[in-house]
Amino acid sequence: MELPKELLVKFYKDMVRIRTFELKAEELFLQGKLPGFIHLYIGEEAIAVGAMANLRVEDYITSTHRGHGHMIAKGASMRKMMAELYGKKHGYCKGKGGSMHIADVSIGVLGANGEVGGGLPIAVGAGMAIKLQKKDNVVISFFGDGASNRGAFHEALNWASVFKLPVIFLNENNQFASTERVQETTSVENISDRAVGYNMPGVSIDGNDVIAVYETVKEAVERARNGGGPTLIEAKTYRLKGHFVGDPQLYRTKEEVDQRWPNEPISRFERKLIEGGYLTEKEKEQIWYDAKAEVEDSVQFAEQDEYPAPEEALEDLFEDSTNCLY
Amino acid sequence: MREITFSEALGEAILEEMSRDPTIFTYGEDIAKQGGIFGAYKPILGKYQDRIIDTPISEEVIFGSALGASLAGMRPVAEFHFADFLFTGMAAIANQIMKFKYMTGGQGKIHLILRGPDGISKSAAAQHSESIETIFMHIPGIKVIIPSTPYDMKGLFKTALRADDPVICFEHKMLYKMKGPVPEEEYYIPFGVADVKKEGKDVTVIATSRMVHESLAASEELEKEGISVEVIDLRTLVPWDKETVFKSVKKTHKVVIAHETWRRAGWGAEIAATIQEELFDYLDAPIRRVGAKNVHIPFSPPLQDFVIPDKNSVIEAVRSVL
Ligand SMILES: Cc1ncc(C[n+]2csc(CCOP(=O)(O)OP(=O)(O)O)c2C)c(N)n1
Ligand SMILES: [Mg+2]
Repeated sequence: MELPKELLVKFYKDMVRIRTFELKAEELFLQGKLPGFIHLYIGEEAIAVGAMANLRVEDYITSTHRGHGHMIAKGASMRKMMAELYGKKHGYCKGKGGSMHIADVSIGVLGANGEVGGGLPIAVGAGMAIKLQKKDNVVISFFGDGASNRGAFHEALNWASVFKLPVIFLNENNQFASTERVQETTSVENISDRAVGYNMPGVSIDGNDVIAVYETVKEAVERARNGGGPTLIEAKTYRLKGHFVGDPQLYRTKEEVDQRWPNEPISRFERKLIEGGYLTEKEKEQIWYDAKAEVEDSVQFAEQDEYPAPEEALEDLFEDSTNCLY
Repeated sequence: MREITFSEALGEAILEEMSRDPTIFTYGEDIAKQGGIFGAYKPILGKYQDRIIDTPISEEVIFGSALGASLAGMRPVAEFHFADFLFTGMAAIANQIMKFKYMTGGQGKIHLILRGPDGISKSAAAQHSESIETIFMHIPGIKVIIPSTPYDMKGLFKTALRADDPVICFEHKMLYKMKGPVPEEEYYIPFGVADVKKEGKDVTVIATSRMVHESLAASEELEKEGISVEVIDLRTLVPWDKETVFKSVKKTHKVVIAHETWRRAGWGAEIAATIQEELFDYLDAPIRRVGAKNVHIPFSPPLQDFVIPDKNSVIEAVRSVL
């Protein structure tokens, strides 16, 4: 590990912040406080954190239905996120979107997405814009193993390759698309094998190793910033929780999941940091303590926030909605 | 006043706005080398080569990328090759473009245009002939413009190129070569303002696109019999100009609505329902709708002619309400 200590500690902190947020969201959901349904990122934190450490605020991402981790790693406000999960007025989407539609265009988050694979064409468009504007920004498009079987994925990769767009396609292969195992639905062993068909570099990595993610994405981002075009990265991970909170998980055994827990990214990285002398027990405790305080603060903010007035449902369809609502 | 074609009017609109706004760019299949299959981009060829781009046949990305490019500060104009192929990339339109602003609580200005040909031509059959504007009026989230003349094409499109909302523009294939007066001076036509093409007192005919011309031809014949027809071109469906329509209905008390899209659940049904809900006491006859028969557009000329409404369908409908 030759990376600076501050960066390594930041990786740890951000993964802990995401984990803490997700555990709280799970708890609140089970208490019946959150409407709708939510998809947790628990066990996949290393991907968002390692990838995002390579981005600037002006760089873009497109996220997924499992997007809380991407948001937090890109610098979103936990208060606004939590308020949105509650459906409150000062949430990111003023209560109109919920978990699956959180976006923060001001920091380059072009939306979570309730449509599997829906972010891929959007990412390509942002890439076209960057190229036309002759900027050196990049886009990371996060998407699941399941999404890689959609036509949009194949159109997006071909297009990005043809136009040499600065887009990193970051596949989060968590082994499942809802109840279906990746092997049952996917023609290739490694999703990165599909890069060959689109004439772009493709690589599979251990998605539970935050440093591997950071370094692989770094190379891809540098290539993209320098006009070298897109990359497909497959980060192999494992979804430790149900597809959504409340998922009966009939498609796998508890033993299988238990076997996967020791490999989860945070404790793995923590051991390394402590053994390497980058982190003391005391500092570690402080990080968890701070993360809990931040999440609690977001819950308090959300609970104290008001619901939107019912008529607010008629706002935000258009910039100018004159005569457009009848 | 000078006369230019419908496609020249479109080309002029885009060229004028491109020279003013460097964020405008346009892309689609078969446009960069020969100016689009109907020649709409001929006026810009060679002028803005970096901003007129041929793309792969990837409809979901053609449409979906417009949203991404718009959020990243550009003003994309994405072409659909034929309206039928809007369905090919419909996920990106209906699930992404049309919902983004609303579901994110109003974030971002989604300035993008989807444009291309719709409607019948000479025996293009079921997969190259559809008129599907109603769907975009039905699902909230995109403004729908559907010009019938070169003048409206240019004026509405220039407005679209300055709008901060998504716009879809339907250009009837049979209109591209039509010539009409277009002033040299710059002008813009606001959305939601219908054009009363011809005043009349006995019956109101509401139409768009090709059916405006069929309705005008019908009104000329009916005029010979002493029937005075008011013809209104809505020009835009989202928003649609209720005020102008209502004013006319209060005058004539009889209404025919004419569109090339299917009669069943076509946009005419929506206008008819609105009129009867809000102006019931003014009506002297049931509202009649003219539209395609509820089958696909067939290939053989006599079959196509039978399915698609024309001047005679309008005449028949007008007679039935008198
Ligand atoms: C186009 C589409 N089809 C189906 C669904 C329902 N659905 C939601 S998530 C999901 C599984 C997605 O799997 P994957 O892409 O691997 O992402 P993961 O949930 O594993 O993060 C499905 C089928 C959807 N939201 N969108
Ligand atoms: Mg998955």
